[in-house]
Amino acid sequence: MSAAIDTYLTNEIGPLPFCPGCGHDPLLKALDKALVKLQPDPAKTVIVTDIGCIGLSDRYFTTHGFHGLHGRSITYACGLKLARPELTVIVLKGDGGCGIGGTHLLNVARRNIDITLLVANNFNYGMTGGQHSVSTPLGGITSTTPMGNLEGVMDLCGTAIAAGAGWAYRGTTFDKDLPDRIAEAITQAGFSMLDIWEMCTAYYLPRNELKKKDLVDIMGRNNLKYGLVANNPRPEYGAQYRATYVDTTTPESKPRTIETKFSNNVTRQTGIVIAGSAGQKVRSAAGLLAQSSMYSGLSATQKDDYPITIMTGHSVSEIIISPEQINYTAIDTVDYFVLVSEDGLKKTKSRIEQLPSTCTLYVEKSLELPHTDAEIIRLPLIATAKKVNRLSIGILALAALVKDSDIINLDAFAEAITAFQKPAIAEISLRALEAGSALIQGREAINR
Amino acid sequence: MGLEFIEGNEAIARGALKANCDFFAGYPITPSSSILHHMLNKLPRVGGVAIQGEDEIASIGMCIGAAMAGAKALTATSGPGISLYSENIGLAIIGETPLVIVNVQRQGPATGAATKGAEGDILFTRWCTSGGQPMIVLSPATVSEAYELTYRAFNLAEQYRVPVFLLTNKEVCVTRESVDLERVELPQLVDRTRVAIGRPCLPYRFKELHEAPEFAAIGGDQITRFTTSSHDEAGYLTSSPEVIQRMIDHYAAKIESAEEDIALVKQDIEADAETLMISYGITSRSVAVAVKKMREQGYKVSSLTVQSLYPVPTTTLRKALVGIKRVIVPEMNMGQYIQEIQRLIPAGVKVVGVNKMDTTLISPDEIIERGILS
Repeated sequence: MSAAIDTYLTNEIGPLPFCPGCGHDPLLKALDKALVKLQPDPAKTVIVTDIGCIGLSDRYFTTHGFHGLHGRSITYACGLKLARPELTVIVLKGDGGCGIGGTHLLNVARRNIDITLLVANNFNYGMTGGQHSVSTPLGGITSTTPMGNLEGVMDLCGTAIAAGAGWAYRGTTFDKDLPDRIAEAITQAGFSMLDIWEMCTAYYLPRNELKKKDLVDIMGRNNLKYGLVANNPRPEYGAQYRATYVDTTTPESKPRTIETKFSNNVTRQTGIVIAGSAGQKVRSAAGLLAQSSMYSGLSATQKDDYPITIMTGHSVSEIIISPEQINYTAIDTVDYFVLVSEDGLKKTKSRIEQLPSTCTLYVEKSLELPHTDAEIIRLPLIATAKKVNRLSIGILALAALVKDSDIINLDAFAEAITAFQKPAIAEISLRALEAGSALIQGREAINR
Repeated sequence: MGLEFIEGNEAIARGALKANCDFFAGYPITPSSSILHHMLNKLPRVGGVAIQGEDEIASIGMCIGAAMAGAKALTATSGPGISLYSENIGLAIIGETPLVIVNVQRQGPATGAATKGAEGDILFTRWCTSGGQPMIVLSPATVSEAYELTYRAFNLAEQYRVPVFLLTNKEVCVTRESVDLERVELPQLVDRTRVAIGRPCLPYRFKELHEAPEFAAIGGDQITRFTTSSHDEAGYLTSSPEVIQRMIDHYAAKIESAEEDIALVKQDIEADAETLMISYGITSRSVAVAVKKMREQGYKVSSLTVQSLYPVPTTTLRKALVGIKRVIVPEMNMGQYIQEIQRLIPAGVKVVGVNKMDTTLISPDEIIERGILS
């Protein structure tokens, strides 16, 4: 067994760079003592920092170092930990970083990812000129609160606990037991954080009366608990994810592929539009028509249009089928238009008005159409669908189109239904297919 | 072998898996959300991790962390999300992080017509972060190209240790097409070069300016460092103007010296044609129809489809411009990539843009009327 590591700090680029009296110095030394106590493998340990004076710290350790953008250290730490669960991940950030990156604090606590956060909380931005932060005490003088801070103090531990943090501690760099507390935090199998209050001798101390003992007094005045604030462990996210989601033994089932089994009567790129309502399974019916066409040796594309509130309003699908590769995927000249509901009519009214005489329009017979040059075929789609299944109106209407136009074979449609729908649904769809094609027997074409 | 009927977003997810992607983080946004869904379903089955971040900043942050731990990471969003990725994209550049970023463009600015297509982010994607470094940007025109170029994007990210963009469009990504992905020809998989085991690691050491440094994973045996700050080869902060300039030259050289290796341009050249169409993405498909129509009418016209938008495939474009009198650049924006073309155009050649961003595709007839016959 290799000799115990007696320090995780390195002098490779010189001594710690902080101002005389800066709290970052004792904080890092306390972290070093905690690591010496725990003896993690430096190659399995990473110190993650972001911007601020404390962000200079990672490079003074013999562990891996990751120095990222202001306030975002928690996000990198989560990525590192999720990708390499065996890593000990320690994040050092300032009170400034907790402000700009507040959402990451909330969400790492909520998810409970096993990283340890040390906040070097010195009440102001030491790197950019002593501006106030989310933790500046009320009345505190900073370069941006010259008459005293009026903004409330963020309770960092309380905020994290409200979001679900299982382990949180508040202390100061003057605490004798800080190394033990940091070690305790690191050993937690979940998110843990220490809000460590300390002095900024460059900016905060010269402007404010602040003695060592005042730190704990300020905590008291702000109802912020000193010491262990929470210790309520709960399951860690990464471990749960691996247990619940990761399953490399059952590979994803191979996608079902389509081979040409039927012939077709399509000689050029053909555009089909079906317009209906949310809940009428318009998109799925359109997809099946496209797949039927693929079974018939054709290329196909499909685009859908529906409101973001998906369970209300229109649902319009555009299908293009072609004996050749389809390049232009918009339908400027519609060849077949299928209209099954009032919502669909409302959405496509102006389009229907512009349909050319070469277009055939299959329409639910109760709908009142605007003027159009298209050949109109009125069919009792709603009444027929009611007899089969309300949700099968799309397939029923497209079956009428296929039967009437003879662009492809109805058997290809049946093939797609059987291949891509669950048996119970397919059984209904096949009945809809039959009912829809039967409507064409004695169709009544009305041109207006 | 056989046809499937899938949308571009699924092809992107499958291209990523084919490239051994094992980490995904992303935030929902139309029209890229289904990439998130596909990755959340697929990655756990190969032992990978997919997670929905609390926002775009967290999503790309997690990807950068995972990538530096050795993962092959993907993230996907739409234009507004790229705004939030912006600063971290700079981090991936300076930290030399292999990462693939998908931008499924939608009509903008801001929320715009959120469910509709456009290609307004061409220059934005190219210049999306501070510092002005070169970027690799690939743009697919079809569902099968979405698959192929996602796979290729991973190779480029690994080879040059850079973030690579797949810049696409709602029109490719949420349109279903009949495709046979198994018939798509893919190059060999590329993995980042790693520091030899047992050798100490200087995380940003390179011999030639254009060479990507050897990779040591955070959490691997060699202690390594990653940093957002200007650094020397050891990854330590530096203020030396010489070292900083050398690093800046290095970021640029990695990509600029590889222009011809990265170049992906489909060429449909007709001898003696004096008209050249230059297009990319979904619009190149309208161009293909327009070119066919014009040729049927006896016009001579050539066409280039640029799949690697950046670095601009200057060498290929210059060659194709020889003898050309008129260049037509149709775009679903108000004229962006045309600016890259104009820089290359010899005096006397007319460059015509066909532009709109009203959410609809530019039709072959519009290209003919406003581009060729105007």
